[in-house]
Amino acid sequence: MSSVLYDAPGPRARRNTLIGTVIAVVLLAGLVVLAVIQLGENGQLDGEKWGPAFNPANQYFVATWSALGDGLVNTVVAAALTLVLALAIGTALAVARITSSRAYRWLVVSAIELFRGLPVVITIFLAARVLPEFGISLPPLWYLVIGLTAYNCVIIAEIVRAGVNALPRGQSEAAYAVGLTRFQVLRIILLPQAFRIMLPALISQLVVIVKDTSLGFVIFGFSEFVRTANTVIQFFGGQEGINLPLQMYIAVALVFILINYALSKLAEYVQRRTSRAGRAARNKDAAPPAELAPVGVGGAVT
Amino acid sequence: MDALIAEFPRFVSGFLGTLRLCLFAAIGALVLGTLLAAFRVSPVPPLRWVGTSWVTVFRNSPLVVVLFLFAFGLPQVGVVFPTFGGNSFFWPGVAGLAAYTAAFVCEAVRSGINSVPAGQAEAARAVGLTFQQTLGSVVLPQALRTVVPPLGSVMIAMIKNSAIVGAFGVTGELFSVDGALTAAGYSALSSLGGVALAYLAITIPAGIGLGVLERKIEVKR
Repeated sequence: MSSVLYDAPGPRARRNTLIGTVIAVVLLAGLVVLAVIQLGENGQLDGEKWGPAFNPANQYFVATWSALGDGLVNTVVAAALTLVLALAIGTALAVARITSSRAYRWLVVSAIELFRGLPVVITIFLAARVLPEFGISLPPLWYLVIGLTAYNCVIIAEIVRAGVNALPRGQSEAAYAVGLTRFQVLRIILLPQAFRIMLPALISQLVVIVKDTSLGFVIFGFSEFVRTANTVIQFFGGQEGINLPLQMYIAVALVFILINYALSKLAEYVQRRTSRAGRAARNKDAAPPAELAPVGVGGAVT
Repeated sequence: MDALIAEFPRFVSGFLGTLRLCLFAAIGALVLGTLLAAFRVSPVPPLRWVGTSWVTVFRNSPLVVVLFLFAFGLPQVGVVFPTFGGNSFFWPGVAGLAAYTAAFVCEAVRSGINSVPAGQAEAARAVGLTFQQTLGSVVLPQALRTVVPPLGSVMIAMIKNSAIVGAFGVTGELFSVDGALTAAGYSALSSLGGVALAYLAITIPAGIGLGVLERKIEVKR
């Protein structure tokens, strides 16, 4: 492979790479063997521990996954509601930031900075604990959705703003020239185009939202995926005397990895498609800004 | 805000607790992440697989699940973390947070290295610099400048994520201050509001500082 660090390898470099590969494979195989021995010594390889989550023939398999399935549905519902709400509020915030006059733009900016600086788990906890103090009592799902939306809408607002700013200036100049108002320019000309280049960044943000729904475990009475898994673990620990936290959390992690990996691939695919199709329409040199890179470091870091 | 004034010492100790937790986790994440990035750009395929799988696994699973695995899963296989001042959740929390953040550090470092145009290193080799010279005086100085801004946002995200460690077990950091204050009878608004302000006191200055740093070291290409 040739990168900034290496030229195309010659015979000697190829031989060194081969030696390195053999050594690395031996070391990795050794690590795997060690891990398996460690697992076996602690009785973690027993069928009764892995069965409930991984073996369809196990007597508990169906019951375990129907419970986990209910939790997963709650997780997906929370993520979907959050995405819709955050998209709506985030777009409104971005429009407010772009169109508002300097006199009160600082208000929008400081709201965005405020919520961006808070840990999501705090916004969720704030929603779940402070709203009831003001006499607003909602189903637990909504505390999670409100907490997640409070954080994610400002992130989406920043994504939308970056998307609008990335458009060539000629787009809005032409729109103003034909006599559209400021709001019409945004609604008819800028936002539709911005959403197109924003799509990969939005999908990456969805990965963050899906991951963060697991923070719902701090809200009592809401059985999302992780809390359901905890309940299942407690059931097996108490009722059946089988301790399987390791196996159950691995199963939970695998489901999350599958969902999020698929979403990240989708984001990359959309990114490739839009950058190909949009090249003719947009300015040749106008690469999307760093914030809009698909699964890039600037976009989704939590 | 009455809790913030009346219980100020508790907030200060929670603040320091968060900084301590984050310091350990940051060291772990930076070392491990840089190592993984080196794996991911190495010419040896098995090392690249290790780096890629680490990033795929930890970037796509929620931190909560990672923390549960470190705190309750690993003891099942005989990996028991020492306690920290009588606190059994501290080291699993640090380890989980570091392992999770390392995946993001790895991606930041790797994209930094890849952002250096190949022509730079080719030119360096063409004038006869050795591999070490090319890396040390041409590639790395440029890569570091592009790495700093994303690395900074990863670190700020990590500070915010440290609240999750506090949410799942008492580790003496900021978020666990809220639990203590609620137990002492303060309203959620005053205790959580104080905790939220304390987090903002870390993240907002960090964000501003990062912005200043970013403008200072920006590479004009």
